[in-house]
Amino acid sequence: MNYIWLIPLLPGLGAAVNGLVGIRSFSRRTAGLVACSVMGAALLVSLVAFWQMLGLAPDARGVDVVVAQWIPAIPLATSHGIAGFQVPWGFRLDPLSGMMILIVTGIGTLIHVYSTGYMADEPRAGVARFFCYLNLFCFFMLMLVLGNNFLVMFVGWEGVGLCSYLLIGYWYEKKTAADAGKKAFITNRVGDWGFILGVFLIFVTFGTFDFRAIQNAAAALPVETAHFGVLSVICLLLFVGATGKSAQIPLYVWLPDAMEGPTPVSALIHAATMVTAGVYMLGRNAVLFSHAPMVMEIVAIIGVLTALFAATIGIVQYDIKRVLAYSTVSQLGYMFTAMGVGAFSAGAFHLMTHAFFKALLFLGSGSVIHAMGGEQDMRRMGNLRKYMPVTFATMLIATLAIAGIPPLSGFFSKDEILFRSFVSNKAIWVIAVATAMMTAFYMFRLLGMTFFGAYRGPAWETAGHGAVTVAAAHGVAHPVDAHAHGHAQRPDHEVSHGPADDDAHGHGHGAWHGPHESPASMTFPLQALALGAIIAGFIGVPAALDGSNQIERFLEPSFTASVAASAETPAARAGEAAGGHAAGEAEAAGEHVSRAEELGLMLLSVLVAVGGIVLAQRFYVTRPEISDHLADRFAGAHRLLTNKYYVDELYDATVVSGTFAAGRGLWAVDRNVVDGVVNGTGWLTIISSWFSGLTDRSVVDGLVNLVGWIVQESSHAFRRLQTGLVQNYALLMLFGIFAFVSIYLFVR
Amino acid sequence: MITSTHYMLLSAALFMIGVVGVMVRRNIIIIFMSIELILNAVNINLIAFSYQLQNVIGQVFAVFVIAVAAAEAAVGLGIILAFYRNKETVNIDEMNLMRW
Amino acid sequence: MAQAIAFYFLAACILGFAVLVVSAKDTVHSVLFLVLDFLFVAALYVLLGAQFLAAIQVLVYAGGIVVLYLFVVMLVNLKRPPEAHVDPHRQGRMGFWLSAAVLIELGAIALWGSASPAPAAAPLPTPMTGNTEQVGWMLYTNYLIPFEIASMLLLVAMIGAIVLAKREL
Repeated sequence: MNYIWLIPLLPGLGAAVNGLVGIRSFSRRTAGLVACSVMGAALLVSLVAFWQMLGLAPDARGVDVVVAQWIPAIPLATSHGIAGFQVPWGFRLDPLSGMMILIVTGIGTLIHVYSTGYMADEPRAGVARFFCYLNLFCFFMLMLVLGNNFLVMFVGWEGVGLCSYLLIGYWYEKKTAADAGKKAFITNRVGDWGFILGVFLIFVTFGTFDFRAIQNAAAALPVETAHFGVLSVICLLLFVGATGKSAQIPLYVWLPDAMEGPTPVSALIHAATMVTAGVYMLGRNAVLFSHAPMVMEIVAIIGVLTALFAATIGIVQYDIKRVLAYSTVSQLGYMFTAMGVGAFSAGAFHLMTHAFFKALLFLGSGSVIHAMGGEQDMRRMGNLRKYMPVTFATMLIATLAIAGIPPLSGFFSKDEILFRSFVSNKAIWVIAVATAMMTAFYMFRLLGMTFFGAYRGPAWETAGHGAVTVAAAHGVAHPVDAHAHGHAQRPDHEVSHGPADDDAHGHGHGAWHGPHESPASMTFPLQALALGAIIAGFIGVPAALDGSNQIERFLEPSFTASVAASAETPAARAGEAAGGHAAGEAEAAGEHVSRAEELGLMLLSVLVAVGGIVLAQRFYVTRPEISDHLADRFAGAHRLLTNKYYVDELYDATVVSGTFAAGRGLWAVDRNVVDGVVNGTGWLTIISSWFSGLTDRSVVDGLVNLVGWIVQESSHAFRRLQTGLVQNYALLMLFGIFAFVSIYLFVR
Repeated sequence: MITSTHYMLLSAALFMIGVVGVMVRRNIIIIFMSIELILNAVNINLIAFSYQLQNVIGQVFAVFVIAVAAAEAAVGLGIILAFYRNKETVNIDEMNLMRW
Repeated sequence: MAQAIAFYFLAACILGFAVLVVSAKDTVHSVLFLVLDFLFVAALYVLLGAQFLAAIQVLVYAGGIVVLYLFVVMLVNLKRPPEAHVDPHRQGRMGFWLSAAVLIELGAIALWGSASPAPAAAPLPTPMTGNTEQVGWMLYTNYLIPFEIASMLLLVAMIGAIVLAKREL
């Protein structure tokens, strides 16, 4: 298994090839082929590695492979002595990372294939650029999940943030897209600040960055139940990073705006992989977090609040991708709730199932948008199941999964989370159940508005090229009526056919002929993902339903320290509920729940989901006027939700304006103080030089002139001696004689 | 008893008379003659000390003084004559071209 | 005794005639008084046993220099009184009184000077013959070079006087 470093490297190579050569000279087909083939190769390698790992004993399923030394040993001070700051390029394959690489490469490959169809209308260089970025993203993401120490993971962490920015702002000439990219990156950065501080603190505390070493060291430390010690600080800081990357409160604001990017990007990055990096990181450091119960509570509370918050916003959005974005935030909240109550493998399980059905939902929405010629507003869709049966079927499966209807995968993972939160904290459970109902409601609202009811979209020409002239001005096959290209009034219009590419447009449709099913390159991945959404749940069937919950047992070694795997210390026990449901009663913090109660809870969650579905059906399919009626009656609340609780405005008014004001203030300081000091020094020099000039003129020159004046005046006086009279001169001589004689007389 | 002190006093008196003559008189010829008086006073002093010390060196010195006085008188009078030819006067007050 | 009388008489004459030299109005009178002064000084020299010097004094001073003066007086044929113009800047009075002061001081030095001359301690190695021979001996042995230089000085002075007094150079 020494070849696991190939897994990130292959997409990296694909990115290099597409970036260096492809943008310049590859055709669309070649670029797509390069990208998909490297991803396929990475998937193959991942499968082989995973299968090999399965062949190992459950205790020995952790393999570290060090490729090279990155940072050589530098002695640095830690909290106990000098430690060697040494970072290798190390990769670790264990159950958790094995699951992650399969998700990334598997869903990544499918999305790459989908993109070859979806991006077919983009200019040639743009397609190569897209695939380059997409491969680069996979490279970083695989490095993130395979890294065996914090710094390698951080390389991937930052890298996926960079690629997210690049891909969100793919249509960089569109201002909203560029702004969304910036917002994503900056918000991520704020989270990364906390993350880095956490990493520093980890080094100071443990003297190493290696995950396994940290886990073993932490397992020996006491659990910080009573006080907020250093482990709690570390975990809190790491969680700050997770809120940025995984879009929790308060740093979730970038994810809805990230829908400016192309739909495959939304599917891969903002549904399946990048946003789950925070969840993965939490799972990786499960031992650490288990030692900080207060932080775990914070994680759970924030997670469940985020889930509720995002769901409430999602029920009033009209942009199909926005609904899915808020749904992603909400489901991420579920994952964090799971992590927070100690159900690490449940959270990871939900991560996996969510990757399937959310990627499917996004790809399906992309298919819908593609069919509707760029239209994203659900109010202008409807009854599309008549025209797009495959898309409809797959999206129905995904929606049932996310709503939590058995026997689809979403039911098992979500139910596990609900059960564990019931056991841990009833309040959280109540909120989670309410959110589940809302989830079902808004997802079926989406389905109802898009695929059912009456068709509310624009009319189309069945044949002919009458509309070509209007459309060809933008090189775009849009519906003939006027509102097609009002870019100014429709900011969330996904410009899949960008305004800049008037040339070389390969759109084979010409005028829009109405909604149609997407090509095979797009529907095949939909079908594959739908299959995954159906069967993925069966590896996590709980004991209450006579299942063996294989996923939990499989992932358990990743969440415990290898040293304490066999020990009976409470620290290890609190880390992961060993045996899951089968034991059920071994936790110190949990309570004993009988099988009947468990089945009752499951039934409750199913009923809640069905209730949500029925409501959505009523409001949006059979009696659509009810929703408008309610919107008018509760206009204030409706406005609040539509405007996303004004959170963006709040951030803009406080943080953004504050930063700009600080920048202006510093600029003022620079202008006035710094430049003032410099100018003041110049002024001082001028003034002091004026003074010394004055001194020089008056004092120095004065002295010199004085000497001359003295000489002149004294010579004026002395020349009177030159009377010209010899006898006066003789008199002077006589004076001298007189003086000498006097001296002789009086001294001698 | 006439000691050298007497001769010294005599020579001093003669000297100062000569000096007064140099100071007071305006006729340049009188001034030169006063200078001769001064030189004579010096000679008297020298001879007196030679007599007292019984050494003939003083007299030899006096011989030289006389020689020099003669030379100086000759040259000085030559100057007076030359000056007289130019300025038609022997009044020393009128010989003041070197005044400022 | 006789020496004392002779001395005082000669001293009085010398000083008296010197005063007359300085104060005579007529230039020729002044010259004549000067001649007499020189003669009395020669007599004083004889009194002091310097006969050679007395002869030299008469020959050179009274005979040569005074004649020179007379010639010049004759050549300077003044139409107006020679001391008519008085320059306002001259300090005659101060000269006179300053000279008096110096005289007094010199007298004081002479009378109360601390250094007393040593008595005749160094006898002459030459045979004690006449004064002339003594002086000549000194002059031609010990002081030969100053003697020669003095003769050169006289030569130069003579040439200078001739050049200065020529009517046209």
